[in-house]
Amino acid sequence: MSADVMCDEKGFCVQREGERCVIDATGVYYRQLNERIRAALEHGVTDIEVVQVRGQRYIATAVEGDVRFTVRGVPGQDLGAFMRGPVIHVYGNAQDGVGNTMDGGRIVIHGMAGDVLGYAMRDGRILVRGDVGYRVGIHMKAYMDRVPVIVVGGKAGDFLGEYMAGGAIILLGMHSGMADAPITGRNLGTGMHGGVIYLRGRVPEYQLGPGLSMEPVDEADLDFLRGHVADFAAEFAGEFGAGGAAGGSEAAGQAAPVDAEALAAAILSEPFVKIRPFSHRPYGNMYVGTN
Amino acid sequence: MQAPRDFWHFEKDISGCGVFGVIDRARRLIPGSEPIAAMCTMHDRGNGLGGGFAAYGIYPDRADWYAFHLMCDDRDALERAEGVIKQFHDIRHSEPIPTRKVASVKNPPVVWRYFVTPKANRPAWATGDEADYMVGTVMHINTKVPGVFVFSSGKDMGAFKGVGFPEDIADFFRLDEYHAHMWTGHNRFPTNTPGWWGGAHPFTLLDWAIVHNGEISSYGINKRYLCQHGYECTLMTDTEVVAYLIDLLIRKHGLTKREASWVFAPPFWDEVDRMPEAEREAFKALRMVYGSALLNGPFAILVTDSNGMMGLNDRVKLRPLVVAEQGDRVFMSSEESSIREVCRDLDRVWAPKAGQPVIIDYLPQGGAA
Repeated sequence: MSADVMCDEKGFCVQREGERCVIDATGVYYRQLNERIRAALEHGVTDIEVVQVRGQRYIATAVEGDVRFTVRGVPGQDLGAFMRGPVIHVYGNAQDGVGNTMDGGRIVIHGMAGDVLGYAMRDGRILVRGDVGYRVGIHMKAYMDRVPVIVVGGKAGDFLGEYMAGGAIILLGMHSGMADAPITGRNLGTGMHGGVIYLRGRVPEYQLGPGLSMEPVDEADLDFLRGHVADFAAEFAGEFGAGGAAGGSEAAGQAAPVDAEALAAAILSEPFVKIRPFSHRPYGNMYVGTN
Repeated sequence: MQAPRDFWHFEKDISGCGVFGVIDRARRLIPGSEPIAAMCTMHDRGNGLGGGFAAYGIYPDRADWYAFHLMCDDRDALERAEGVIKQFHDIRHSEPIPTRKVASVKNPPVVWRYFVTPKANRPAWATGDEADYMVGTVMHINTKVPGVFVFSSGKDMGAFKGVGFPEDIADFFRLDEYHAHMWTGHNRFPTNTPGWWGGAHPFTLLDWAIVHNGEISSYGINKRYLCQHGYECTLMTDTEVVAYLIDLLIRKHGLTKREASWVFAPPFWDEVDRMPEAEREAFKALRMVYGSALLNGPFAILVTDSNGMMGLNDRVKLRPLVVAEQGDRVFMSSEESSIREVCRDLDRVWAPKAGQPVIIDYLPQGGAA
């Protein structure tokens, strides 16, 4: 691998090794950090590791193409917003607005994440090992073969999948720091008119928003779940059930399988339910009669 | 430092603020550099129209005296306030609050601190206890003495605030020279009320200090309710009601912090309906008595007093709040990154549920005070 030094107009340099570079975010304001990331991308770097991240916003926002990011620390709001294509791994916890209006690619959080994750997401995957906050997956949508999917290993707050129009949310409720909390909160799927939410276990009916049904999964659902659970297990095998990046923020659970296949089997050993709207357009007649 | 007189001078913006708090439960001292660094990480949560800090344990040599922090239009206003203070209190010590000139802090008010004790022979009309007497003094100065506001009035604690980013205000008040066993900080993004010196956070009364991200839509109801109980809002900012409500509910009416959180962020009626009967009746009663103290609108607040810190979200969690622990230290913040900025390795990190308070008290003090 050839090592060379890459400098931007302001004289900031990063050591580059072929397609790869490491950027230290210590004390760097978010604008400069994102300028450096853009400069590296323009120099043809496709594998960027950003270390010592503490709250810098908009990392990988609107980046397109086959790029790999490794983020170490706690990235700020709107990580990977509008992005189309990149793969981001976060070793740490993420804050609010992860994958806002994301258009494709993959975000893997090896920790927990904050509120409004996957807001208005249109395509791609978000996988979170631990808990997520409130209003996750609200306004998600799908079109033809573009179907966004969020898989959460821990628990979620209220308003999960609110106003959801397409795509899928899979909530496992397993790797959680909140032992006493319900798997998800009130107003689950309120205003939902498309897409599907899969829950491992059950929730009381009163948590559901109006116009929704909660049913056992069928064989087609299980096929879908098997694929995404295998994917999830491959990412987090070996770190599921352990303390991890949150510094012991997760409950010390029983020893979890290290092997991805065994982990997937353990996840699928409990029954799932699916939550969907009763009809195709439950709000079609709300304001103007259409039939 | 006067509040804008005309509506067209008022700032109106969208977005939220940033809050940060740290408490050392064993009362070990934390240098001011820590909360300042944490607030710097959340620089973009504010817009330079308000920053402030509250610090507990900063006046150990004068811990028995009430510390009044005053902001005044000019020296004349300070003279007027001093006349009032002298009338009702013995001034034990008086000095300017140490400041340094900071380019970004423009036209600062005259800031002064008095360490006082109430006069032994209080007027016959002062029927309440000592704390009531102190509250009366604060209300009197804030409503009746032109050009002066008391922005801190507790013992062994102080608030420092003004117009600027929190790091600028910290620089102005030389907070890097203070050590405290509990700090809160605030970065303001004024929404519906003016960005002026009195409107910066924290809002205080006695040893209560509140920092808040969000907006209290019920301000009008809360303000009128407080008015009936002798608290007058003068600072033109919604968060002021929280400071006075907490004093009314906890100090005057004897509620616990947990109970006060049920008043501020009560459970929804459908949740109340599902409760066992005794609990259901208790929550109904609380709502009937204290409906006017309910805080409507989005909020993440940190409430501090001489016993410790409470973090609380509104009941649908419209603002972020993260809590972290490391040994005897507990952190509460709008963003985890600000906590990691000052403490890389944490024992536990979690986001509290909507309406569920996190109440952290100091450990009981042993023989060594």
